[in-house]
Amino acid sequence: MSNEQIKQRLSEKFPDISDWEENYGIQSFRVPAGDNLKVLQFLYEDEELQFQFLTDLTGVHYPDRAGEELCIVYHLHNLVANVRLRMKAYVPVARPDIHSATPVFSGANWMERETYDFFGVNFIGHPNLTRILNVDEMDYFPMRKEYPMEDPTRIDKDDEMFGRG
Amino acid sequence: MIEHHLKLAEESLEKETTTINVGPTHPATHGVFQNIMEIDGERVIKTDPTIGYIHRAFEKIAERRPYYQITPLTDRLNYCSAPINNIGWHLTVEKLVGIEIPKRVQYMRVLIMELARIADHLVCNSVIGVDTGALTPFTYVFQWREKIYEIYESICGSRLTTNIGRIGGFERNFTEDTWNKIHAFVAGFPKVLKEFEALLTRNRIFMDRCIGAGPISAERALNYSFTGPNLRAAGVDFDVRVHTPYSSYEDFDFNIPVGSQGDVYDRFLVRNAEMWESLGIVKQAIEKMKDMDPSVFHADVPDFYLPEKPDVYTKMEALIYHFKIIMGETDLPAGEVYNAVEGANGEVGYYLISDGGRTPYRLHFRRPCFIYYQGFPEMVAGGLLSDAIIALSSINVIAGELDA
Repeated sequence: MSNEQIKQRLSEKFPDISDWEENYGIQSFRVPAGDNLKVLQFLYEDEELQFQFLTDLTGVHYPDRAGEELCIVYHLHNLVANVRLRMKAYVPVARPDIHSATPVFSGANWMERETYDFFGVNFIGHPNLTRILNVDEMDYFPMRKEYPMEDPTRIDKDDEMFGRG
Repeated sequence: MIEHHLKLAEESLEKETTTINVGPTHPATHGVFQNIMEIDGERVIKTDPTIGYIHRAFEKIAERRPYYQITPLTDRLNYCSAPINNIGWHLTVEKLVGIEIPKRVQYMRVLIMELARIADHLVCNSVIGVDTGALTPFTYVFQWREKIYEIYESICGSRLTTNIGRIGGFERNFTEDTWNKIHAFVAGFPKVLKEFEALLTRNRIFMDRCIGAGPISAERALNYSFTGPNLRAAGVDFDVRVHTPYSSYEDFDFNIPVGSQGDVYDRFLVRNAEMWESLGIVKQAIEKMKDMDPSVFHADVPDFYLPEKPDVYTKMEALIYHFKIIMGETDLPAGEVYNAVEGANGEVGYYLISDGGRTPYRLHFRRPCFIYYQGFPEMVAGGLLSDAIIALSSINVIAGELDA
């Protein structure tokens, strides 16, 4: 199964899929935020595609992309044909709602909890969407870009000395 | 009439279960894991794992570090087989940049990664022995893990958290001392592994304890995104080394051992068989390296690979590169790459997004332990509490990898 075939098969069924690109051999595409579960289900059940293994699920924060700041990235694997696939969905940081993948993949449970914990993505339909690695009392989502790594009050680690603002 | 009365009494008895805490620091859990278990007598009804006790925010830290400084973060994920994580990270950066690695360096990496796999599996399997009450095999094989650590030490200077290798190759060539240690290991280890197997594999008590404990079916394991020996023990022959070969694994001849029941005993057998395969790969790597130029130990990538120290003091260009690398001023091309290696516990993935700067824009580690540990409550439900303890040892959850 080539990346071209996957592209054809998917765009027949879901014409809204966009941003097709191939990065280092992995076909990547973007789905509208509301369709993520439908596409995952189709990829899982379709006899030709059979993407039945969820390798990874994570988030990325792009503060500059107004209205679609948070990206949820799914890495899928068809173990029979040995093809990997990357699916992305973008949601606004003000209303980060997306369907949970747990009805299809049990393994998505903790991965989604981790993504919620660090990015604040609200996975609708998740059985237990609570923090997993951070403490329950935490009131922010630390992997978002507005939280700097270093303590901003420290002056001894100023990067200006090295030509970096 | 009496019968009826008795029946009523039985029905009206309220069944009580006990809720216990296993962990966070429990001598039988080998790491910081908390499981709140609901038990009925000795049967586990429900278990609720709490994780995150040693979370260290590696993904956030990585967003501020130059690429070569991320290597020490990776070896603190799975500290039982740190070289695999280190080399997996080098491979990811090399994939993004498009660096060609000489064959000999690739084989050196394979050799180190397989030794690391043996070290990791030795710990896991001997600890299953300890948890079933057999301490002796553990004390036998731990000497040999030590010998593997001595090999690391002679290459990179450290033992547990190795920071081994560099982007582009190794920090230094294998010395004669390293080779002596490797040859001594390859010559002596088969006897020890045989002895280890003789003590446990067909041991009646060990078999009775392990067979049928903590099982998971292939369908459930796949649905939970299991990888590595735990998936293979359930009967799925998925191995990243074969499916997407990296570092020239395609040049090596080895088998993927698979189990059928997915229980503790199968996981033990799969790991044992994998140690034999790894030893075979190490031998093949030594054989293949014999006819190669022994002076090659890194690729020619001055942007990433530190120049020789004497050159830094005498040559202008080397001095410039030295500063550029140490200050982390080497920009990487923009791009998005997912690279996976077969860690000792499964697919260790690095999802790296670079915006063209000196640090990653986003780096995500796919940590196999974190993903398959969520299948643990299902594996132990309905079994005995003591089976849950050995099931936890047999899936080899490493706290560092679990919590990132």
